[in-house]
Amino acid sequence: MIPVAFSYARPDSVDGALALLAEHGEDATILAGGHSLLPVMKLRLGAPEVVIDIGRLPELRYIRVQGDEVAIGAGTRHRDLEASDVLGSDVPLLAAVARTVGDPQVRHRGTIGGSLAHADPASDLPAAVLALDATIVLRSPRGERQVPATGFYTGMFSSVKEPDELIVEIRVPRTGSAGWAYEKFTRRANDWAIVGVAVVDGRVGLVNMGASPLRASATEAALADGASIDEAAALADQGTDPQTDVSATAEYRRHLARLLTRRALTTAAG
Amino acid sequence: MTISVNTSVKVGITVNGEETTADVEPRLLLVHYLRDVLGLKATNVGCDTTSCGACTVLVDGESVKSCTVLAVQADGQSVTTMEGLSPNSTELHPMAAAFRAEHGLQCGFCTPGMVMAAVSLLEENPTPTEREVREGLEGNLCRCTGYHNIVRAVLSASGQNPDAVQTTSVDADADQSPAGGVESAPGFSTGSGA
Ligand SMILES: Cc1cc2nc3c(=O)[nH]c(=O)nc-3n(C[C@H](O)[C@H](O)[C@H](O)COP(=O)(O)OP(=O)(O)OC[C@H]3O[C@@H](n4cnc5c(N)ncnc54)[C@H](O)[C@@H]3O)c2cc1C
Ligand code: FES
Ligand code: FES
Repeated sequence: MIPVAFSYARPDSVDGALALLAEHGEDATILAGGHSLLPVMKLRLGAPEVVIDIGRLPELRYIRVQGDEVAIGAGTRHRDLEASDVLGSDVPLLAAVARTVGDPQVRHRGTIGGSLAHADPASDLPAAVLALDATIVLRSPRGERQVPATGFYTGMFSSVKEPDELIVEIRVPRTGSAGWAYEKFTRRANDWAIVGVAVVDGRVGLVNMGASPLRASATEAALADGASIDEAAALADQGTDPQTDVSATAEYRRHLARLLTRRALTTAAG
Repeated sequence: MTISVNTSVKVGITVNGEETTADVEPRLLLVHYLRDVLGLKATNVGCDTTSCGACTVLVDGESVKSCTVLAVQADGQSVTTMEGLSPNSTELHPMAAAFRAEHGLQCGFCTPGMVMAAVSLLEENPTPTEREVREGLEGNLCRCTGYHNIVRAVLSASGQNPDAVQTTSVDADADQSPAGGVESAPGFSTGSGA
């Protein structure tokens, strides 16, 4: 399968990429790891005229401690997250979730910025970033703004990110020794999650339980009120709107959300 | 690379240690650059949808599926294919030699991708357990071998005795199974209390 022909540019800075994005508007698309975009283009479900490659910008690839947070460049690959000592000790949930994405080849290419921007409710990292109460930093020619992850997603494959904006950084609170767990339910090796549940410090992020990644708010509220794990987990599908598709019915997904939440909360409680 | 937008781009890619250059369309996939522009046909296309791993090559030493990388994305980088892995046909790279010794292939279609994925795996994890080998090769499908001898080959190439590793890892896996010894689901469970 061959994508529709396009023009290509590899700017050598974020500012260069932003200028090109502003110049070409809707005809242009950002390419990071390409592991969501290129499959779409090969299937000809997408045909951008101009592809702006930010996949190799060193200025977007870093993981560093910044006060109470770890700042992660948007171009940091899943593999870098997985292998990071800083994340391993300060935000272990994120390193562990990155390790469950696709397979090693996918993790050698795909980036956290691409995964968050793509806004696929079946992706692992968005739910983790939600549970972590992270902040997403967006930059455009108009300047920089910070959006809480909980306010980033607006629906299926959509977010508050404007077309002329780039995700440049993800700021993740250092959770350190707080209990955490990730439960990803798949039927076969290398599959996407049918449902996934990320837990850290009493917060719960859900994969594939609606049009966008979301938090299990009823469960969180119950936990805060002193409910038991069983009581709180039984509420995990409240306020969700899962799909029925070839791998699961909506009802089964609701069951999985409750079950996996119970398991994840139990693991996180140690 | 300049900041201008181009419909034809000159790429320079070091392939198996040799400089190669060509004017290519940006949409040219790396696997087609290797097979059709350079005539290196070891790298196969199986699924063309990033699923089977037959097209796996190393870019700067790391495994990637070359059906999902543009040639232009590898501009200025170093690519290794099965052709470049062994010094020559009598002196096989340890991984290729191990695949032969352990009968890690039958039809051979998956083999170049499998071997390159395995080389990258050992680069990141030089002495893996059996489970780590199986999980590390989850992006590569084989329709013939049932994987068993492939796993043995990779363990052997890591300098371990496959028989010894497989005996101990059966015990380790049993610990991870739910009560009743049922094989645990392929999903991931991980956490601080795990
Ligand atoms: C076989 C396979 C299996 C996979 N399995 C999983 C899985 O189990 N779990 C999972 O979560 N994901 C999975 N993925 C998806 C993978 O994680 C992708 O890498 C990721 O979703 C997208 O990241 P990318 O860097 O490749 O983005 P790209 O494909 O380059 O871009 C994706 C989209 O985001 C935009 N974009 C990219 N970077 C930015 C930025 N910094 N700012 C603004 N917009 C940007 C692009 O314009 C594009 O629209 C899988 C992919 C494949 C091919
Ligand atoms: S041909 Fe590339 S993964 Fe199957
Ligand atoms: S040996 Fe035939 S597909 Fe693997």
